Amino acid sequence: MALRGNLRDFTITQLLNLVNLAQKTGTLVVDGPSEQAYISFREGKLAYARVGQDDGSLAMVLHKANKLTANQYRAIVERTGKISDKELGLLLINAGYLSQEEILMNLQSYFTEIIRRLFTWVEGFFRFEGDMLPPEDRINVRLDLENIIIEGARQLREWEQLQDEIPSLEMALKFTDRPLKNVSLSVEEWRVVSYINPKNTMKQIAQTNKMNDLEIRRIVYGLLQAGLVEIVRPEGMVIPVSPKTFPTQNKEEQKSLVNRLIGRIRSL
Amino acid sequence: MQTVKMVVTGPFSAGKTEFIQSVSEIDVVSTERKISSAAERSVKESTTVAMDFGRITVDEDLVLYLFGTPGQKRFDFMWEILSEGMLGFIVMVDSTRPETFREARSILETFRAYAPTPYVVAANKQDREDAWDLEDMRHALRLDSKVKFLPCVATDKATVKSVLLELLYSILAEMESGG
Repeated sequence: MALRGNLRDFTITQLLNLVNLAQKTGTLVVDGPSEQAYISFREGKLAYARVGQDDGSLAMVLHKANKLTANQYRAIVERTGKISDKELGLLLINAGYLSQEEILMNLQSYFTEIIRRLFTWVEGFFRFEGDMLPPEDRINVRLDLENIIIEGARQLREWEQLQDEIPSLEMALKFTDRPLKNVSLSVEEWRVVSYINPKNTMKQIAQTNKMNDLEIRRIVYGLLQAGLVEIVRPEGMVIPVSPKTFPTQNKEEQKSLVNRLIGRIRSL
Repeated sequence: MQTVKMVVTGPFSAGKTEFIQSVSEIDVVSTERKISSAAERSVKESTTVAMDFGRITVDEDLVLYLFGTPGQKRFDFMWEILSEGMLGFIVMVDSTRPETFREARSILETFRAYAPTPYVVAANKQDREDAWDLEDMRHALRLDSKVKFLPCVATDKATVKSVLLELLYSILAEMESGG
């Protein structure tokens, strides 16, 4: 079943997080307020993007980045309209006009900029098409999404939404299995990261770093969205099990009671 | 007579009342009211304002009570009261309404903070064509791979039983591990 929904309820950051964690391949189609965007992924990495009337071609990207003049751009479109971006890229490299790195860097900047634009879209519908791959005649990149997600999460300012995401600061954080490398964090984010340990509650981390509830929630939200940390119960935290939970305090009788419940539910 | 309880929680219109109704031997004692907000009314006509209450008699000495929490946020003062003394809890999520996933996650985190009891998450309405896949939902809900995330149709007794059993197995496993 294709993923679909409304941006008002499910943000671009959350969608990127899902694509990243599920390592999805396909295209996210977003119908925004006045234009449509196509963002393609391969195995959870950003591969290609285009928005609105832009055709997302290499010539257009280089022209927008001032690497090609208007005349050069027009000439390329008119004379080489039929060749693929890969062929055009090779021509430019062989002519010594641009290096491969420059081409890839310009494409990455263009695609990332489209996503930045999407972060400002709060209205619109999305759908994820697993069988829609990036166009073959376009050059694909392989861009990790973590930094883009963290950047998007930084834009979340609404206190109410942050409170929904992280209702209790009495819980702790632990790192997920995802390596914390090549991630661009701010100084404040690093200060929080340095105290992440299942023994420290978020409240303690905030106090140590002299952050208020909003500041710590904002940072933790970004780390959560990027799939770098998860919320856990603090190690060593004593939460007394309510004496009302079981009618008996005897462990064996408690097990017997649960087994009786299992037997009864099975027989329903 | 000994009694134990489990709590069924989740966002507004996730299917908590139906879930309890499917297995309760009594008509669910439900404190449902006509919905006042137009936005919420477009989803369903009435909602639980205090709690649902279902019962399963195990034998002559033991009764299991199922409590459903009110889904609307303005009644969340009831959650802590209902969670007191629970054996475990079930978080119901409507698989067809991604707009409720954030709230479901928030409810889950809130209940986890209340009590160290085992829990499972049930993806309701998995029989519907517009239901999200379980794996996508797991990621959207940020559920760890160790958390039991189960397909469910709240009106189908078999799937409801399976969710309850999985929760009981988790409770038993935790007791056996000394938790």
